[in-house]
Amino acid sequence: MTETITAVPYDEAIARYEPLIGLETHVELGTITKMFCGCPAAFGAEPNAAVCPVCLGLPGSLPVTNRSAIEYTIRIGLALNCSIASWCRFARKNYFYPDMPKDYQISQYDEPLCTDGWLDIVVDGIDFRVGIERVHMEEDTGKSLHVGGATGRIHGADYSLVDYNRSGIPLVEVVTKPVPGTGTLAPVVARAYVTELREVLRALGVSDVRMEEGSLRCDVNTSLAPRGASQWGTRTETKNVNSLRSVERAVRSEIERQAAVLDAGGRVIQETRHFHEESGLTTSGRSKEEAQDYRYFPEPDLVPVAPAAEWVEQLRATLPELPSARRARLQAEWGLSDLDMTALGNAGALDLVADTVTAGATPADARKWWLGELSRHANESGTELAALAVTPAQVARIAAIVASGALNDTLARQVLEGVLAGQGSPDEIVAARGLAVVSDDATLLAAIDAAIAAHQDVAAKIRNGKAAAAGALVGAVMKATRGQADAARVRELILERLGQAYPLRDP
Amino acid sequence: MDSELTRMTAAGIAALVAAGEVSAVEVAAAHLDRIEAVDERVHAFLHVAADSALRAARAIDDRRAAGQPLGPLAGVPLALKDVFTTTDMPTTCGSRILEGWRPPYDATVTGRLRRAGIVILGKANMDEFAMGSSTENSAFGPSRNPWDLSRVPGGSSGGSSAAVAAFEAPLAIGTDTGGSIRQPGAVTGIVGVKPTYGGSSRYGVVAFASSLDTPGPLARTVLDAALLHEAMSGHDPCDSTSVDAPVPPVVAAARQADVSGLRIGVVTELNGEGYQPGVITRFTEAVELLESMGAKVTEVSCPHFGYALPAYYLIAPSECSSNLARFDAMRYGLRVGDDGTRSAEEVMSLTRAAGFGAEVKRRIILGTYALSSGYYDAYYGKAQQVRTLITRDFEKAFEQVDVLVSPATPTTAFPIGERADDPMAMYLADLCTIPSNLAGNAAISVPCGLAPEDGLPVGLQVMAPVLADDRMYRVAAAVEAALGQRRGHPLLDEANGLGEARPGQEGRR
Amino acid sequence: MSITREEVAHLARLSRLALSADELDRFAGQLDVIIAAVARVQEVAADGIPPTTHAVPVTNVFREDIIVPPLGAGVVLDQAPAAEQGRFRVPRILAED
Ligand SMILES: [Mg+2]
Ligand SMILES: [Zn+2]
Repeated sequence: MTETITAVPYDEAIARYEPLIGLETHVELGTITKMFCGCPAAFGAEPNAAVCPVCLGLPGSLPVTNRSAIEYTIRIGLALNCSIASWCRFARKNYFYPDMPKDYQISQYDEPLCTDGWLDIVVDGIDFRVGIERVHMEEDTGKSLHVGGATGRIHGADYSLVDYNRSGIPLVEVVTKPVPGTGTLAPVVARAYVTELREVLRALGVSDVRMEEGSLRCDVNTSLAPRGASQWGTRTETKNVNSLRSVERAVRSEIERQAAVLDAGGRVIQETRHFHEESGLTTSGRSKEEAQDYRYFPEPDLVPVAPAAEWVEQLRATLPELPSARRARLQAEWGLSDLDMTALGNAGALDLVADTVTAGATPADARKWWLGELSRHANESGTELAALAVTPAQVARIAAIVASGALNDTLARQVLEGVLAGQGSPDEIVAARGLAVVSDDATLLAAIDAAIAAHQDVAAKIRNGKAAAAGALVGAVMKATRGQADAARVRELILERLGQAYPLRDP
Repeated sequence: MDSELTRMTAAGIAALVAAGEVSAVEVAAAHLDRIEAVDERVHAFLHVAADSALRAARAIDDRRAAGQPLGPLAGVPLALKDVFTTTDMPTTCGSRILEGWRPPYDATVTGRLRRAGIVILGKANMDEFAMGSSTENSAFGPSRNPWDLSRVPGGSSGGSSAAVAAFEAPLAIGTDTGGSIRQPGAVTGIVGVKPTYGGSSRYGVVAFASSLDTPGPLARTVLDAALLHEAMSGHDPCDSTSVDAPVPPVVAAARQADVSGLRIGVVTELNGEGYQPGVITRFTEAVELLESMGAKVTEVSCPHFGYALPAYYLIAPSECSSNLARFDAMRYGLRVGDDGTRSAEEVMSLTRAAGFGAEVKRRIILGTYALSSGYYDAYYGKAQQVRTLITRDFEKAFEQVDVLVSPATPTTAFPIGERADDPMAMYLADLCTIPSNLAGNAAISVPCGLAPEDGLPVGLQVMAPVLADDRMYRVAAAVEAALGQRRGHPLLDEANGLGEARPGQEGRR
Repeated sequence: MSITREEVAHLARLSRLALSADELDRFAGQLDVIIAAVARVQEVAADGIPPTTHAVPVTNVFREDIIVPPLGAGVVLDQAPAAEQGRFRVPRILAED
């Protein structure tokens, strides 16, 4: 089906319509084994090597719930300020699909484990509280490889090949309440929410939260209502949103598309849509099939989960400092402005700086190195800061050597180059290259006299009171000493030599 | 000796094997010969595993020779309902859709039998996916009642009951979802037991209705049933609904066989109209017998039992519609119509249409209906509420009495074909047995004589509270002993479907 | 409450059963009778009665997060109707438009 509608430019769409967004995020838990069987839940096994009667849905097999998966889910619920149900059940969601071995999914329906929480985010200095409707558990499906169609797509494929290794991996689904009042920021709020949720999950250590590998997957709900309308519009659910950037783009393009539908006097259809990474557009995922009827009913093969209050409190005690609290603490400790903190966050440098500080550097030094020299390196090589071949401890060591006066910044940059090139630890590189600041005046004066002799014109200017010209002579001396000189001392000596000495130092 | 071996009790065989008076191999061979001789007519087995049975028997003999301890049923042959997974035999559930399936794992019960030294002779016939009360729904043809080959042996564990009643095996295992052990036990004149739900593991039992399915023993004597009950039961960490409690002392109770001082309640609602007169006659006699042995008999009303059948025919089909979804032609079993042009959905639909029989399809559709949005509350939801009412009836009753009794079935074995086209008539066969499935409590059927009008066996049902399985064994063993003494010979000596009623005995009453 | 042939056809599609016209006719008649009979549960199941989903009430049955060796691809693919590249081969998942 081709859609011929032309999208409305974003600013025009927002001028006429108020968006309402909601997000459903599936998170693969990082348990050792699957949700209902003892098969390893790790990535990378040969196809169908990590399956057993239970996760293959063989006749007669029965599920038994993984205690860790329940504990991870409760911890996620607590971190998102949810109430933990004192009694809840799993349900069966019935529908046929080749990659779902039992042709039903064990999920939670009307009795989720965690309900009614929130997650606070800040966008452009504005606070948003995103309501959390529920956090519930379910099992993942197998993975299909489509053969015969164009570019391995399901459409037009001749047949498919199914690997059930992923089948039964525990999933947690975090569903937000509709988020009102985002206005023009809707796409950015959506992205900021997923970013913050990912940070929370990472801090909890319950998932490796890699969107590219599918361990964190988002469905984005979007609807529009004409400004001033008393009712919300019909929402669509956009699937296949596999990166933070895509979350933002998907909301944006749905707003532009729905605005066009409404402008043309049409009706938005409640449906699933698919996001396309290449075009940034969504297309209808509707099939001709009749409406789904999942025939939910309580899973008779599993008994209810009834977490005792003491158990929940024990789990609450294991919660780490959450990212927002940690950011606030670090900002205060480091004395940074909101802008500085945002810059750190955007560069993905917060943890690196924190670890560098922990390793002994001052917050200012740590920030300087990670946002300066190292960010430049990351940009040039097109990698993430965290992926550079230098550890926070090494950065702290370099900063410490500079602070001791044994190296200057120029030399320290050389040491860093060496570390990034894999030539060893900072101390090894200093030793191997014989790097040290030369501050012995006799050695420096020899180099200075040579520089004055070579640049008589510059020397004359200085003698005539133009101290600013000293830079050229300092550069020459630094060059002659291969950067090992203490530049400040060199400048002093040059000025002294040419009769412009400051009374800064006792002889 | 061979024919005597097949007529012996399991306890008797185990004693001979343990004493070295007969080898397990001889015992197995005698039963394999018996199967060879009569199963063409009885059709109790879907698969006979002669080689693996003899191998298992030889292992028992070796163990004995090596002086290793043997379990109380070591060397005793058994027929295993084809709903239990077995690594060395196919598992079909009486269905074309699973024809030839070789499970890669053993059911927990299968494993326990093997470890107990029980010799599995083969897989017993059954109604397709345990749906039915006659084994006529087996895709591989019905089993026949050894009392009268033109009649059904009950179901769905009809292959199991027929095998035991025809002396092809002294023991069998079945599953009871709405009466599928007790009803076939009753109509073939043997003992059939539904343990407390969760008392025996469902792991590796191909599910029909998960919240009701209960594996249990069939045997010719109450003690044999108790011995098998103990061997197969106990907590299983692979089944979340398995009860983590010791197995009730059923063997001791069967040996006790004493009802003096026991309070026995006759269920008002499981009696009277709609019941075959001869069934009521024998049932009433059995109650009088219990009273004469010192039991205190009272009548107890369970007002909601009349709603058990409708509730069951909502709950069981609902669960089965979901449980049987996995038979979709993708990973194992039959695949029909995969010609390269059809979609997975079409192949699934064609396979399921070709692979399932009429009763299975009927129940899947009924269950899909009962669970669909808009109907769930009116049907499935209401049925679950009725389940609560029935459980409360039991709880109230067990405040007044120790056990409840009723006929096991409203009629004796009916002729093959009689109810095949009338599902409602067929469903009535489980009228008396269903309440205990809904409430999860234990129940047994023990033979209490032959109906005068047709000379066919009648079963007495004894129901006990959850996890008080031992109580019903006490009652059943007492009835068995008293009737046996009065009769002077085993009831099955009178079975003549195979033309072998024992000479010298009085004819049918 | 009665059930029509069309409803049975819808339920059959939902449950992936390619029923013949004959079967649809027969089942519609039989299910009508059965549903009328089972609807009797509505007579006694008054509001406020809790539903029973599990016969024996137990809660919190868990397994520890410890690996149990899986079956292995060879064993599971051995029973597959079709297999390729170590995977289960299934007919195309979407119907042709
Ligand atoms: Mg979900
Ligand atoms: Zn598994």
